Amino acid sequence: MADTPGGLRRTPLHDLHLARGARMVPFAGWEMPVQYPMGVLGEHNHTRAKAGLFDVSHMGQIVLRPAVEWPSGHARPAAHEEVNDLKLRLETLVAADVLGIPQGRQRYGLFTTPEGGVLDDLMIADKGDHLLLVVNAANVEADLAHLRTLEGTDVVLLDARSLMALQGPEAEAVLERLVPGVAAMRFMDVAEFDWDGARLWVSRSGYTGEDGFEISIPDHRAVEFAEALLGDEAVALIGLGARDSLRLEAGMPLYGNDMDAGTTPGSAGLGWSIPKVRRTGGARAGGFPGAERILAELAEGAKATRRGLRPEGRAPIREGVPLYEAETGGEPIGTVRSGGFGPTVGGPIATATLPAHLPEGATVWAELRGKRIPATIVPLPFIKPSYKR
Amino acid sequence: MLRYTEDHEWLRAEGEEVVVGITAHAAEQLGDVVFIELPEVGREVTKGEEIVVIESVKAASEITAPLAGTITAVNDAVEADPGSVNSDAAAAWFFRIKPTEPDLTGFMDEAAYQAMIG
Repeated sequence: MADTPGGLRRTPLHDLHLARGARMVPFAGWEMPVQYPMGVLGEHNHTRAKAGLFDVSHMGQIVLRPAVEWPSGHARPAAHEEVNDLKLRLETLVAADVLGIPQGRQRYGLFTTPEGGVLDDLMIADKGDHLLLVVNAANVEADLAHLRTLEGTDVVLLDARSLMALQGPEAEAVLERLVPGVAAMRFMDVAEFDWDGARLWVSRSGYTGEDGFEISIPDHRAVEFAEALLGDEAVALIGLGARDSLRLEAGMPLYGNDMDAGTTPGSAGLGWSIPKVRRTGGARAGGFPGAERILAELAEGAKATRRGLRPEGRAPIREGVPLYEAETGGEPIGTVRSGGFGPTVGGPIATATLPAHLPEGATVWAELRGKRIPATIVPLPFIKPSYKR
Repeated sequence: MLRYTEDHEWLRAEGEEVVVGITAHAAEQLGDVVFIELPEVGREVTKGEEIVVIESVKAASEITAPLAGTITAVNDAVEADPGSVNSDAAAAWFFRIKPTEPDLTGFMDEAAYQAMIG
């Protein structure tokens, strides 16, 4: 990675983005492509129809290892028991069943705050003798500081590996041609492969609702690998603009919009990521920051939670738009957390924190430019995901 | 002859009226347009008043009245097909206005506009 004079960091694919006509924008301290000449709508539809390639090298890749040494003082491979102990230590920060992640699998989890909010969301992979975490770019420093409070744990932020996502119905066929063996992976599997002498860390996951892969590769081979993928006519580069509309249609939360330190997991609709074993009465109940409040809320049922909305007409309702129970008067009952146009849905879509008692199909009113527009509460996601289970 | 505003509108005088749209440059900057709300025909507007809402895949923005006057027609086709602004901005007019003072000499010509957008 490199720094610009403005202090923004650049990924190893920066020149490739420019050569392919990307419009670059500042994003979480990085200079990232928001769209290419195909445009946001075209890129969105391309990903749903064929395969989209996303540069997500701005995300934090963090390796956790048990701090164990040979008598000589050199690090030695960790034993199974030692990795289990590491997983239990991570459970003091993450409200997920970390211990139960099988080797070669990954799981979604939340770092929580002492007040019961969400510090970040992340993926946790069990890679045998260590854990691999992928965290949001904007939260890397906070997450590292948090992880470094763990005793007996080596915490390393990887600064020489790029991360790409290949998403869409043709992702499997495209990647299998370059990296034989990946087609056998199932949703949320993690595995390592060799590609022309480069060690790839592959997971079958993504942020689009499509089948696909996320691939970590050493920085010095990243351009070559991206070009090899782009050599397939099914593959096009996709920017942050379409990444957002794809994830919104897939009902996936965006940290900073759908949840933050002021949002509990229950009200973000992410209670599913906290399994029975970590809940009240479970074998390893609580033990993470804010557990008392978070678990009490999950036991009672959150009073407000994240819902899907389909506004009437074509006008998108975006982040911050207030929502009302009636066409006139009253106080706001919630706020749009993520909103925009859903190209596959063919109309505006949004997520909002709304009182849990409102049933699906109920109408709420979004106040936009002084007018109230009716919007129907619908289940998430907006599209049917096509993961390979 | 087309005239241009600093807000990237193009203006075309037709008799006592002026037809208004946005430039291809503006459409490209906005990104894919997904929603347009036009003013009501017959509305009297003041110069600089926000009268058109444009939503792209990225953000909402407003188009202002370049002149004071009365809206005499709006292009329903562009409301029905907002993407036409991206495919042909010069044809995708928004509204016709009958200005109280039909003088376009204060607006930029093609050369001045091209110089502004560099």
